[in-house]
Amino acid sequence: MAFLHAVSSSTSATKNVLKGKSLTPYLLLAPGLIWLVTFFIIPIFSLASTSTMVRPDGAQVGVYEQKLRFANYVDAFIANQDQYVRSFFYAALATILALAISYPLAYAIAFKSGKYRNILLVMVIAPFFTSFLLRTIAWTQILADSGPVVSTIQALPFVDELFRINNTSTAVVIGLAYNFLPFMTLPLYASLERIDPRTLEAAGDLYANGLTTFRKVTLPLSMPGVVAGTLLTFIPAAGDYVNAALLGNPNTKMIGNVIESRFFAVVDYPTAAALSFTLMATILILVTLYIRKSGTDELV
Amino acid sequence: MTTINAPMPSLSHRASRWFSRNLVRIYAALAFIYLFIPVAYTFAFSFNDAGKSNLVWQGFTFDNWKNPCGAPQVCEAVGNSLKIGVISTSLATALGTMIAFALGRYKFKGRTSTNLLIFLPMATPEVVLGASLLAMFLNLRINPSFWTIVISHVMFCISFVVVTVKARIASLDPRLEQAAMDLYANEKETFRYVTLPLVMPGIAGAALLAFSLSFDDFIITNFNSGTVSTFPKFVYVSAARGIPAQANVIGSAMFFIALIIVIVGQVVSRKRKKS
Repeated sequence: MAFLHAVSSSTSATKNVLKGKSLTPYLLLAPGLIWLVTFFIIPIFSLASTSTMVRPDGAQVGVYEQKLRFANYVDAFIANQDQYVRSFFYAALATILALAISYPLAYAIAFKSGKYRNILLVMVIAPFFTSFLLRTIAWTQILADSGPVVSTIQALPFVDELFRINNTSTAVVIGLAYNFLPFMTLPLYASLERIDPRTLEAAGDLYANGLTTFRKVTLPLSMPGVVAGTLLTFIPAAGDYVNAALLGNPNTKMIGNVIESRFFAVVDYPTAAALSFTLMATILILVTLYIRKSGTDELV
Repeated sequence: MTTINAPMPSLSHRASRWFSRNLVRIYAALAFIYLFIPVAYTFAFSFNDAGKSNLVWQGFTFDNWKNPCGAPQVCEAVGNSLKIGVISTSLATALGTMIAFALGRYKFKGRTSTNLLIFLPMATPEVVLGASLLAMFLNLRINPSFWTIVISHVMFCISFVVVTVKARIASLDPRLEQAAMDLYANEKETFRYVTLPLVMPGIAGAALLAFSLSFDDFIITNFNSGTVSTFPKFVYVSAARGIPAQANVIGSAMFFIALIIVIVGQVVSRKRKKS
């Protein structure tokens, strides 16, 4: 009820908007922003603080002291550079795969679905309602060595009997692309749906064939969706460790797996914190460069 | 030459258009199959007469559906997930909707930094969100518990609520509110009878999104849950030795419940539009 009251008083102040000086927007913002500062911003600083800690000689497991040891970052990176590079590589591959699957899908929903559009949109989100862990585990069993997919491929000529998908890097990338597919499809759909069909007709009237129309009109107009979709896929994929843990093998470990095991199995908080911090910084830099390059500010 | 050549481009044009039209449809159908294969697999294996390890098809049974709590600890985990989902969704929806109204209806100093603060949690990988929150709890000597899970879920759901509700507020026709004012409704009445009902579908959608994000979250939860079990945590832990078929029952049931809610929501909003 307090919430309703706060919102209702917001409308009563609408007329004062241009005059400014109203307290209402700040009252509306305060609770949520305080929550985000306390449980998102401050923890990031806490993480930074942990990342330079050192375990004193003879201290108990999990006890660390602040020594401002920045060399933790160097040590952590050198020890885990393979997993680090692999994370971004897998995430990039998964993003490209997801884009290749999602673009035609979003295109079909936006332009070819007629009255079934809403049903198809629900169908894109629907798999999300089954726990993503259950779906990933289902993939491990569908792609298992004795499963239907692998035995079919093995029956093909020129395919090695030892051919397998599960517990390979291929499986990890397929799993990552699958898991974040709706994050790619929905922004793509949103930007394609906004395109006025008359602009496509106009291109046709000007003697552009289907391919030219797509290349010169549809694709450029859908770029905000491509940018949003690739970011929403790439970011979680780079930090994911579930797919690598369930679908991969020890040689396909990603940085998320290392952070998780440093935290829980090894109880080496500083290394885990240094790796998390490096991951976040790298992603933020990549995202900033990418948004600048593609010239879309719509995201923020 | 021109008379012979003239129909050619239009014919090939038509043919290629026909082809591309159907190619896209076929492609979309394949993409949907890809999306739904694991869901169908999960559903099918919820009927597996498998005992503890649900890896190989053993025969058809309704037992798992009749007794979804049959496997140890499944229902305790689901109960925790539901409680956490309801509490975090209510809090995140309230806090996020307020922020969305502030952003959608006011000009104020600090708008850019507010937008950035909303955007950043969505641009941060879950593993970092989970690890940083746990680092803070460890540094403050707070033991992970049920409530630390709720805190973390509210944190990552707020941004999604803000984005969803803000989009709805932005799409409102301001003339509707002006009309209410012209008909002598005061600001409170306008909000109560015009603005709020119009924004409500956005708030409902945001709440559904927040709940499904919370219910399905594993990574952040895993970092901040200590010994408390949630449904995704239960599934992950039992994955090594094969998950019980009851987990498939819960997963499939959630799928159908959510689907029904979405479809009912669509039908209701369509009826409203007509009337």
